[in-house]
Amino acid sequence: MNEQKPIIAVGLASQEFPMLQDVACRDRNGRPFHYLDSAASALTPESVLRAMDGYYRQYRCNVHRGMYDESARATEEYETARAKVAGLLNATSEEIIFTRGATESLNLVAYKIAPQLGPGDEVVISIMEHHANLVTWQQFAKQYGFKVKFISLKDDFTLDIEEARRLIGPQTKVVSVMQISNALGTVLPLTELRNLARQNGALFVVDAAQSIGHRPVDVKAMDCDFLAFSGHKMYGPTGIGALYGKREQLNALNPFLYGGDMILEVTEEDSKWNELPHKFEAGTPNIAGAIGLGAAVDFVTSIGVENIEKHERTLAREALNRLTTVPGLKIYGPSDEGLDRGGVVSFNVEGIHPHDMTDILGGEGVCTRGGHHCAMPLMRRLGLPGTTRASFGLYNCEKDIEALHSAILKAIKTLKA
Amino acid sequence: MNSIDHDRIGRADLYRQNILDHNRSPRNKRRMDNATISQREVNMSCGDDVEIFVRIEDDRITDLSFDGVGCAISQAATSMLTEKAKGLTTTEVLTLGRGFIFELLGVEVGPARLKCALLGLETLKKALQDISEKKQ
Repeated sequence: MNEQKPIIAVGLASQEFPMLQDVACRDRNGRPFHYLDSAASALTPESVLRAMDGYYRQYRCNVHRGMYDESARATEEYETARAKVAGLLNATSEEIIFTRGATESLNLVAYKIAPQLGPGDEVVISIMEHHANLVTWQQFAKQYGFKVKFISLKDDFTLDIEEARRLIGPQTKVVSVMQISNALGTVLPLTELRNLARQNGALFVVDAAQSIGHRPVDVKAMDCDFLAFSGHKMYGPTGIGALYGKREQLNALNPFLYGGDMILEVTEEDSKWNELPHKFEAGTPNIAGAIGLGAAVDFVTSIGVENIEKHERTLAREALNRLTTVPGLKIYGPSDEGLDRGGVVSFNVEGIHPHDMTDILGGEGVCTRGGHHCAMPLMRRLGLPGTTRASFGLYNCEKDIEALHSAILKAIKTLKA
Repeated sequence: MNSIDHDRIGRADLYRQNILDHNRSPRNKRRMDNATISQREVNMSCGDDVEIFVRIEDDRITDLSFDGVGCAISQAATSMLTEKAKGLTTTEVLTLGRGFIFELLGVEVGPARLKCALLGLETLKKALQDISEKKQ
């Protein structure tokens, strides 16, 4: 074929990221910096840094009830950030609760739903779930006597939807699954899972940590009851994320944490709760974080989330094409052309422990992650101590994949020569 | 802006020739039938798995071997340990710390790989501790 392969010569908006521009990430020997760990945490663009800096320098006051301009501005910017997040998800502002991240969001749901469950009830999750969505239900199951059922994988690393059909029934009270696997890149069939949950009257909870900001997500179209995500995986700051909950679902729940801001009236005997979303935000929130997250929403929207999705998919495909030529290398994740997948490529080379591989890649300035990726039950099912994972962000380009490829060859040479 | 001190955070040459050699051709990697005690430890988070076999006579290690799977650092450090700890007394082994392993490896291991490097020594010390506790 003479046709030119699609080449991604430059990343999207990579000039906006300080860590990709100056020498902060390079040592005195001019070590390069190929950042392929965005699934763990994506880098932060200038606009997000400026937004947070602006808060700290110009109006660093508490939100709500301050009767002066600076506090009013803090409230306004904080609530504007909430509206931006709501807009990104096609939700309303009162349905967006700021949390520390996806982990806290998933815990909030489990803490409030689990006490309503008991013996005979079941929660269905996938074997790929992150510990944040697995350990929570597992531990509450012990406390309240319900059961957790796991949907397995097929040989092509996609979810076994046949098994899901067998597992989800009238006894199922919650179906809680990730949208994209952080360990394998598998995209879960959410529509079918949602239908199964709906047919059986179960709640439908989605861990969208790997998808928000990486592909368009519409909670109305998805028709989920709850959806959790983190800011720092979508180019926002760490320590901030959100829980989306359908209005009627959030209204049906009691508060998660008690304290300031979440109450309407307190007497010695009892308290009345504030309206949504404040009912679930006790204490002074992460104001700078929320404002930074709002700026991150603006950032991904200005590039176009669908463009980011296309970019990451092309990079993942290019990485799969290259890595499968390496002798002894096995990909863990969907690799067939026709399968939808996220921007995560997980692999091992026969006879090389993923920590040795990841360590040597790091020495070459190729930043990947090795281990179980917070999915130990999945790794055990696959019979692996872990994998090395390269994950892509909007700033990556073909040069990063070339560097990954040659660093893998170097690691093989070092460890197996 | 300050650049990162890569040596300080453990970006030293971990994959030196001696480590690679012990990883490829581990010494004393065999199970022992007449061991006084054996002990198995696993680093759950990374799957490094080491079982140590110790033969003790008159409070002195007369034979030492291991079996296991894991990363190059855990396997090489354990292999080196089996060579150097033979002939030591129980008390001598129990006083060994991470410095001893760094000397064997010829490199200071950073925090990210410390558990790998120390797994063999920790396993051996646990075995000997069990023995000395039983004696008391």
